[in-house]
Amino acid sequence: MSLPSATTPAGETLAINVTVNGTLLSLNVEPRHSLADVIREDISLTGTHLGCEHGVCGACTILLDGEPSRACLMLGVQADGADVVTIEGLANNDGTMHPVQQAMYEAMSFQCAFCTPGFLMSTIALLRDNPSPSEVEIREGLSGNLCRCTGYQSIVDGVETAIRLIASNSAGIDPVGEPT
Amino acid sequence: MKNPPFNYHRPASVDEALALLTEHGDEAKVLAGGQSLLPIMALRLGRPEHVIDIGAIDELKSISVGGGITIGAMVRHAEAEKSAEVAEQTPLITAALPYVGHRAIRNRGTVVGSIAHADGAAEMPAVCLAIGATMHIASSTQTRQVAAADFFQGFFTTSIEANELLTAVHFPAQSTSAGSTVVEISRRHSDYAMCGLACMIDAPDGTIVSAALSFFGVASAAVRATEAEAALVGKAPNNETFAAAATIVSNTLAPDDDIHATAAYRRHIAGVLTRRGLAEATSQIGIRA
Repeated sequence: MSLPSATTPAGETLAINVTVNGTLLSLNVEPRHSLADVIREDISLTGTHLGCEHGVCGACTILLDGEPSRACLMLGVQADGADVVTIEGLANNDGTMHPVQQAMYEAMSFQCAFCTPGFLMSTIALLRDNPSPSEVEIREGLSGNLCRCTGYQSIVDGVETAIRLIASNSAGIDPVGEPT
Repeated sequence: MKNPPFNYHRPASVDEALALLTEHGDEAKVLAGGQSLLPIMALRLGRPEHVIDIGAIDELKSISVGGGITIGAMVRHAEAEKSAEVAEQTPLITAALPYVGHRAIRNRGTVVGSIAHADGAAEMPAVCLAIGATMHIASSTQTRQVAAADFFQGFFTTSIEANELLTAVHFPAQSTSAGSTVVEISRRHSDYAMCGLACMIDAPDGTIVSAALSFFGVASAAVRATEAEAALVGKAPNNETFAAAATIVSNTLAPDDDIHATAAYRRHIAGVLTRRGLAEATSQIGIRA
């Protein structure tokens, strides 16, 4: 999809269209705001966490057109025309958790939960492309996400639980993406 | 932290982008994938008045084949990593890309952006030097081509002028009698390497006719180990030859100490990687994707 050219002076806003968790939104966004800021402040979806705000910690990882991306390393205006799934887009509206959420819950993967949304989004992309990764592949696949509580073993356990849950679950790996 | 205010431009064509660069030049930065520029802005290491987002320019989004591979300025790492054409023409690029950042970074960051950023610890500038890439640089008045060896000028510095855009990078096809690989040592997958090597060895009929040893993470910019390369030519590609080259590498590289590794350790692993890389590259001779 091609976007028209645009110029926005500092302090002013640009109109963008972005689909978030299945809902098409028209927003006026100040270009200096990251996509994470837009998600948290303009759309009030605070599940996407901001840790370092310069691309190191991975807490803000979202799915952009299906692929994991750092929401802090994108301007909101760069998401014009894109499809975004955040942590809020994972569970069904009836409260049924996404299998990766369910697995992390069962494995008690997290303690403080600050890093959780980023790990879940990265895990979904990892398991979508490789449904049965080895432990080394899991650790490599999640190396872009930092957790300061657990030492990672419980998270790896959670991914391994998710592998089993997804294999026995007809719902599959794709986020439901229902409007939130 | 949050970005400071800037004037945002989203041109829809290269001509529009070049006109903006002519007008704003020194005060502007080009935004492609943003995986280097946005951290720089967040950390206030740079504070451009104008950000020129080239993400909407369709003519920069293609990988084309012809005498090798030409990668446009908006081709993301992940796309090049998956490209069958890139793997067939220039397997060294395919070997390098999994080491570039983390997956989420490769989904947004661009190959050409990483080259323009010219980080001495990054893989792609070293790959450009090893392969002998050609930079396609445009301004509103001219286009020019610059060899990789002349393009990288030191610490985060290239020959791109303020009014110019690096529109594409051309990589010649790897010789059918050559093998290549990337090896590196880092504490955690996808972290910056304490030392890394992009290497290529061309040995038709059991004699080395050319070799490239391009190191990253050991100097302010990627660097070729030319003395060791010269010592390889004319020899048989075996462990004895590789060990001799490794000794030259350890004696000629001049890395600095930093918090991640001492200079002595870096020189040591540069030698280890030389032996390892050359053996791996040799095993790749004749194997094409």
